Amino acid sequence: MSITYLEAIREAQARALADDPRVFIYGQDVGAFGGAFKATKNLAVEFPGRVLDAPISEDAMVGAAIGAAIEGMRPIIEMQFADFSTAGFNQIVNHAAAFYWRTDVPCPITVRLPCGGTSGSGPFHSQSMETIYAHYPGLVVMTPATVEDAYSMLLEAVAIDDPVIFCEHKYLYYHLKAEALPKEALPVGKARIARAGRDLTLIAYSAMVHEALAVAEELATEGTEIEVVDLRTVKPLDTDTVMASVARTGRVLCVGEAWPWGGVTAEVIARIASEGFDLLDAPPQRLNAKDTPVPYHPNLWMVHRPTSQSIAAAVRQLLRR
Amino acid sequence: MLPPGQPPDRNPGTLPTRERAVAAYRWMLLARILDDKFASLYRGGKIHGGVFLGRGQEALSVAVGLALKKGDVFAPLIRDAAGRLAFGETVLDAVRTYLGSPLGPMRARDGNVHRGRPREGYLPMISHLGAMISVVNGTLLARRFKGISGTVGAACLGEGGTSTGAFHEALNQAAVEKLPLVLVVANNHYAYSTHESRQFACRSLVDKAIGYGVTGHTVEGTDLAACLEVLDEAVNCARSGGGPQLVVAQLLRLCGHGEHDDAHYIDAKLRASRDGRDCLQVAAEWLRKCGWADTATLAQWHDEAVEKVETTVAQVQREPGPDPFAENWRALATKHLHGAYASA
Ligand SMILES: Cc1ncc(C[n+]2csc(CCOP(=O)(O)OP(=O)(O)O)c2C)c(N)n1
Repeated sequence: MSITYLEAIREAQARALADDPRVFIYGQDVGAFGGAFKATKNLAVEFPGRVLDAPISEDAMVGAAIGAAIEGMRPIIEMQFADFSTAGFNQIVNHAAAFYWRTDVPCPITVRLPCGGTSGSGPFHSQSMETIYAHYPGLVVMTPATVEDAYSMLLEAVAIDDPVIFCEHKYLYYHLKAEALPKEALPVGKARIARAGRDLTLIAYSAMVHEALAVAEELATEGTEIEVVDLRTVKPLDTDTVMASVARTGRVLCVGEAWPWGGVTAEVIARIASEGFDLLDAPPQRLNAKDTPVPYHPNLWMVHRPTSQSIAAAVRQLLRR
Repeated sequence: MLPPGQPPDRNPGTLPTRERAVAAYRWMLLARILDDKFASLYRGGKIHGGVFLGRGQEALSVAVGLALKKGDVFAPLIRDAAGRLAFGETVLDAVRTYLGSPLGPMRARDGNVHRGRPREGYLPMISHLGAMISVVNGTLLARRFKGISGTVGAACLGEGGTSTGAFHEALNQAAVEKLPLVLVVANNHYAYSTHESRQFACRSLVDKAIGYGVTGHTVEGTDLAACLEVLDEAVNCARSGGGPQLVVAQLLRLCGHGEHDDAHYIDAKLRASRDGRDCLQVAAEWLRKCGWADTATLAQWHDEAVEKVETTVAQVQREPGPDPFAENWRALATKHLHGAYASA
C-alpha cells in the first residue's frame, strides 16, 4: 500500500471525525464534492451532517469556527487556497489568536491552508502564509514536510487547545508518497534531523525540505555531508535542535519558499546570530523566494522560488567562506 | 423586588408586564448611573484608555438582555451596559474591567467594553465591528451539533457596523444555516462623526432583511414599551424556529462617540426630534402613567443604584492593579508549546 500526502490529510480528518464527536469540517465545496483538492473526499458520506459546505465567506467561516470552539467543538476550517485566508485574516489573528489570552477560555480551531507554489497557479493560488500567521501571538503554525507528519500533525492540530494554522503544501499533495500511515510521531514543536551531516546545516520546512534533501544527496557524491533540519512547526520554533545542529557544523543556510522580507528564515537566522554566534565559522545565510508576487508561467515560477539548483549554489558558496 | 446587580428571572412572556417593565427600567437606570460614573472617573484621570457610553440607547439594549434567557448567547457592543446587566453581568465585572483589576473577567489584559464570560454565553467583543456576529453563529451551530435546541443568540451593532463585510457574511451565513440569530441594529444616525447618508443608500436598514431572506423588525428605540415588545417577539420567533431576525431601531446617542468626543457634529434638529428623547425619562413617564412607580419609588431606585455603583467602585479601587512580574506573558493554552519568546 502507498499513501500520498493528500490522502494522509484526508485520513487524519476521517480519524479525527471518527474519534471525536466535537470535530466538524467547514469550508467551500468540502461536502459532497470532497473539496477542491479532494482532501475531504467521501467524508460527508461517512460522517453525515459533520462536513458542511460554507458560503464564500472566509471571515464568517473562521468566526463561526471560533464560536463553535467556545462552545466546546473542534472545528476544522478548509481554506480553498491559503491565499484566500486573507479574507478571514481578522478573525484568525484578532479573534482566535487573542481569545485564550483575553478570556482564559481556549479556542481550539484548525485552519487548513493549501499553500505554496505549483507552476501555472499565479499570484493568487500560490502563496506561503506561514510568516504572516507566525507573527501573531496565540497561534501555532505547522508546516509538515512528510506524509507521516501531514497525518500526525493534523491530528495533533485538532487535539491541542490552541488555534492552529496548518500549512499543507500543494506541491506535495500528489508528489509525496509513503508506505503507510505512521504509528507514532515526534511531538509538535520538535524539529527533526531529516539527514545527518557535519559540514553544513540546511534548515528548511514544508516542500523546501525535499529540495534541501536533494541538495544533500547531490553534494554527498562530492564528499560534502550536509545536515538537513526539518522545522516541522515554524511556531513554536525548535531553537534547541537548530542550535545543536549549528554547533555540529558551524555553517548554516536557512531556506524558505515564502518572501524574503522578515519571516521564518529571518527569524531562524536572527536567533542563530544572537544565541549561537560563537558556533559559526561563516556568516549565517538564508534563501527565499524573490521579492515579487508569485509568477504564473513555469519558466518564471521555477526561478522565483528556491530550487535544488539555487540552494546547491548557495551551499557551495557558503562552504567556500 | 429586584435589587440592582441581580438579574431578574429572565422568562419573556411569563413575567407580568409591571414586573418586567420595572426590571427593565431598573437595569436601564443602573446602566446610566454606571456609565455616568465611568465618565466621571475618566474625567478624573482614573481610567486607562477610552470610555464608551450607551446614554440614550438603554431602552433598546435592556430589551435585548431581558428577552434572552440563561443558556442563550449574547454579544453586546459598546453601547450595551443596560443589556449586559440584564443578561446577567455584575456591576463588579464591569467596574473591574474598566479599572483594570486582575480580578475581573479580563484580568486587566483587556479593558473597558471588551469584556464577557464566554463560558456563560456572554461573548467579549473584539473592536472590529461586525466580527461578533459570525461568532454567535458558530455558538448556535455548535448547539445544533450537540442536539441542543431552543436557545437563541443575539448580537448588537450600530448602523455604521452594517457597512462591514463581516456583517454581510455573517447575516448571510445565519440565513443559509437558518440559525436562531437575533441581530439588533441601533441606528443612532452617526457612526462616530459620519452621518448614515455616507454609510448606506437604502431607504431603511430593515430593507436589507428581505435581501438576506431573514425576518425584519423595526422599533422606536427611545420607547421602552415598544422595545420590550419587539425584542420579545424577535427573540421568540428565533427561538421557535423562525430563523434569523434583523431588528432595526431608531434612536440617538446622547453622548459623544467616546468620552473624548463632544458630538458637536450631531444635527440640532435630530436632537430635538423624537429620536433625541431620553429613553430613561420616557420609561419613567411610562411607569408613572401606568401607576407602576411614583416619584418617591423612582428616587429610591435611583439612590439604590447609586449606592450599588459607588460601593462597587470603592471596592475595586482598593484592589491591587495587575503585577507585570506575576503575569505569565503566555498566549498559548498548550503549555509545552510556549515558544522561545515566553518569559524566562
Ligand atoms: C472594522 C472597524 N473599523 C473601524 C472601527 C473604529 N470605530 C469604532 S466605533 C466606530 C463607529 C461605529 O459606528 P456605529 O456602528 O454606527 O455604532 P455607534 O458607535 O454609533 O454605536 C468606528 C468607526 C472599528 N471599531 N472597527
